Amino acid sequence: MAVRRARDRVALDLWQVIGAVEDVPATGAATTVLMEETLAVSRGPAGIAVHLPETGEALPVLLRYGYVWTSLGTPPAELFPLPEWAEPDRRNLNAGTVGVHVSAPRAIENFLDMAHFPYVHTGILGAEPHTEVEDYDVEVSDSRDEVLATRCRFWQPMAATTATGAIMADYVYRVPHPYCAVLYKTCPAEPHRRDVIGILLQPVSEERVRAHLMLSLIDHDNPDTVLRRFQQTIFGQDKPILENQVPKKLPLDPRAETPIRADKSAVAYRRWLRQKGLTYGTIPAAA
Amino acid sequence: MSEAIPGAGWHPIASGSDLAYRHVFHGALAGREVAVWRADDDHVNVWENRCLHRGVKLSIGVNEGFELKCQYHGWRYANRTSACTYIPAHPADAPARTIANRTFPAAERYGLVWSGEAATGVPEIPGLADADAFPLRPLPVDAPAAFVAERLAAAAEAIGTGRAARRIGDLALAFTAGVPGSDDPVAITVLVQPLAAGRAVIRALRHGRPTADAELEVLRHWNGVLTALRDAIEAAAATLAPAAPDAAPIEPLPAELADLPPAAAFGRRPALTMRIAEKQPAGDGVALFRLEPRDGVLPGFQPGAHIDVHLPNGLVRQYSLLNGPAETTAYLIAVKREPQSRGGSAALHETLRVGDLVALSEPRNNFPLRRDAGATLFLAGGIGVTPLIAMAKTLALGGRPFAFHAFARDAARLPLGAELGRLGSAFRPQLGLDAEARSAAISGLLAGGSVGGTGGRHLYVCGPAGFIELVRAQAAAAGWAEAAVHFEYFANARPLDRSQGFELALSRSCLTLAVAPGETIVEAVRAAGVDIATSCEQGACGTCLATVLDGAPDHQDVYLTPSEKAAGRSIVTCVSRARSARLVLDL
Ligand code: FES
Ligand SMILES: [Fe+2]
Repeated sequence: MAVRRARDRVALDLWQVIGAVEDVPATGAATTVLMEETLAVSRGPAGIAVHLPETGEALPVLLRYGYVWTSLGTPPAELFPLPEWAEPDRRNLNAGTVGVHVSAPRAIENFLDMAHFPYVHTGILGAEPHTEVEDYDVEVSDSRDEVLATRCRFWQPMAATTATGAIMADYVYRVPHPYCAVLYKTCPAEPHRRDVIGILLQPVSEERVRAHLMLSLIDHDNPDTVLRRFQQTIFGQDKPILENQVPKKLPLDPRAETPIRADKSAVAYRRWLRQKGLTYGTIPAAA
Repeated sequence: MSEAIPGAGWHPIASGSDLAYRHVFHGALAGREVAVWRADDDHVNVWENRCLHRGVKLSIGVNEGFELKCQYHGWRYANRTSACTYIPAHPADAPARTIANRTFPAAERYGLVWSGEAATGVPEIPGLADADAFPLRPLPVDAPAAFVAERLAAAAEAIGTGRAARRIGDLALAFTAGVPGSDDPVAITVLVQPLAAGRAVIRALRHGRPTADAELEVLRHWNGVLTALRDAIEAAAATLAPAAPDAAPIEPLPAELADLPPAAAFGRRPALTMRIAEKQPAGDGVALFRLEPRDGVLPGFQPGAHIDVHLPNGLVRQYSLLNGPAETTAYLIAVKREPQSRGGSAALHETLRVGDLVALSEPRNNFPLRRDAGATLFLAGGIGVTPLIAMAKTLALGGRPFAFHAFARDAARLPLGAELGRLGSAFRPQLGLDAEARSAAISGLLAGGSVGGTGGRHLYVCGPAGFIELVRAQAAAAGWAEAAVHFEYFANARPLDRSQGFELALSRSCLTLAVAPGETIVEAVRAAGVDIATSCEQGACGTCLATVLDGAPDHQDVYLTPSEKAAGRSIVTCVSRARSARLVLDL
């Protein structure tokens, strides 16, 4: 096994996202950083290739959900499933890639968190006095090895680009990968279906990420730029909060921070990370 | 050589002018970040710069005057104590009393804000009167604080009147300097604030305030002098070995905060001793007491909270706090002289005087106020105004709409008129109504019903038992959801039936006990060595609430709502018992 700067085998053996397929240049190579290693990404005769310029080592490549995935270790055969992405009438796009000075697990918790909507996404995903987080269900699904939060509901003034007024939005959250989370929320355009939004985090280092915002929406009207702008506005509101979180790495010691019932999904996520033995981007609990 | 600054341990961390109205200043001291904010009562708070919830810096929070609101999830922390007063995600719950940020001592002197981990007394600069201090523009320096102080002392002669600087502490020095265009030299004190490893701030004070027209020029002159010094110091420091980072460690929280949901356990023991600072008649046989902490620190509280007062005659009585968020220096309680007093209110009225000490519990809140209501209706009977006044003050400060109706036979029978008057037009006295007119007035106010919840109407009622019963019955009839009707009884007037014994299992303690006829659950559990927090011990306040895991409770309290009683998942252990032969509690 090649020597890596990062030590965490669990994280090294995962598939990690490194960018949108469409952003790989037609000629030449783009460089990016994954877990402190500089990678070169290029298009070759056999498709997209990733290698480490430092040693010339070629890395495995997987193209899924519009993104390029690679691994610095020995990855599993497949990535987590996302069947909705294949539905023919969905708008699948990368809404943007944003660098954030925070650990990947902190960004996941922010994505799972509803209580911040009225304060951070005021007038869009929430507004005072609608601050209550009703009870919801969380489980760690054994069959799929993911954290699943269901029956989540929150009052939203403007839940999506297709919204025409405030709705009580229903959410389901999945964390199918330590650094990736996906949500399914009420689609104002077709209430029986769900818009899918994913945050795919590329850990640049333990305290820095590139966040790739994945959309798979049902919206037949708005152009890409409008969909992108909506998502970028939301994430632009989260970024300064995330960058003002101390410590930047996620503390796994239960006594580091004060959870409330609304944080059930974060509590389950921290426990799941502890069970996996994943440490990259966390402050492990003292034994 | 050095006459050290008395009250050492203090360091300047900001200029007084940095703490602008409703601003939060981001400071640092010796590797620790602090959020510094001035409350509307001028109290300066220096807090660890980290929200206890999810670690967001409080320096990006909102100064609401008497509370600091975290930017991420809107948790609110009280002026002075930093105790968490409100968690918007759970508007119907009272935050655990132990959620409080780390605070540091603060003092404002010489136009500077001072703090320090081990600071005692008040910082004192020899030969400088507070009013004469004129803070110059602070200058951050990339160099260790001790090094900066050394270099400044060495350079003082060159910029001064030729006399050497006096060190007046490890990180402070004084010298006199000539003034351009003047014959009189001016005294300067320079203080070096250690910011973090290898970083410091030069904070200089000119002795004597310049005239208003000269101010800008004086600032400019010294800015030039100190900037040149700073550049020289940084150039010299560039050759030093880089300092090891000294980020202050993050301390673990109390264990009870690590769990979900946070458990709060308190015995019926007086935790505090306070001085009666004022005692005033407040109408209708009510005396208003102002209880001041002896060490100046008033433990945090929330609207709706009550304290236990331990009286010299051994009785323990509960009183709601009248305090709004702005009243953080003393507890305010109103005590009604009950004609049939068993010695509680009589002792407070007759025996205790200004200057006496009384023993109290810390405040607990079993009557929490939601701050997410679209409209809040307060209905008070007699002395029942007390917890509702605290709530109304909170909503008034937060700009939330409410109406406050207090029922009494006539104006003379309405206690706390001065406090109520301060609620302004939201306060509507309902005077001189006979039973029928009162009932009609209440049903008029309750018309329309309410589903409660966020943005809905919420009703808070307190007063004599008959009044609460009437309001609750009329609310139910008018279509108010039970969750929208919040009430607090002073006492449990129901006759108690203790004739049945039963078996009691405590699942967490792994104990099985027999509760004998005539004995309460609390008594049996305490006899087995397990503590249960209690306050009123008569089934009114809810402090001794426990979770039922198995068995059928026989509810005898007035704290739980009918649907909570029907669900059978909680029990008020000071009075309620079991209908089943066995009861299992999560204790
Ligand atoms: S981090 Fe401050 S309220 Fe959640
Ligand atoms: Fe967000």
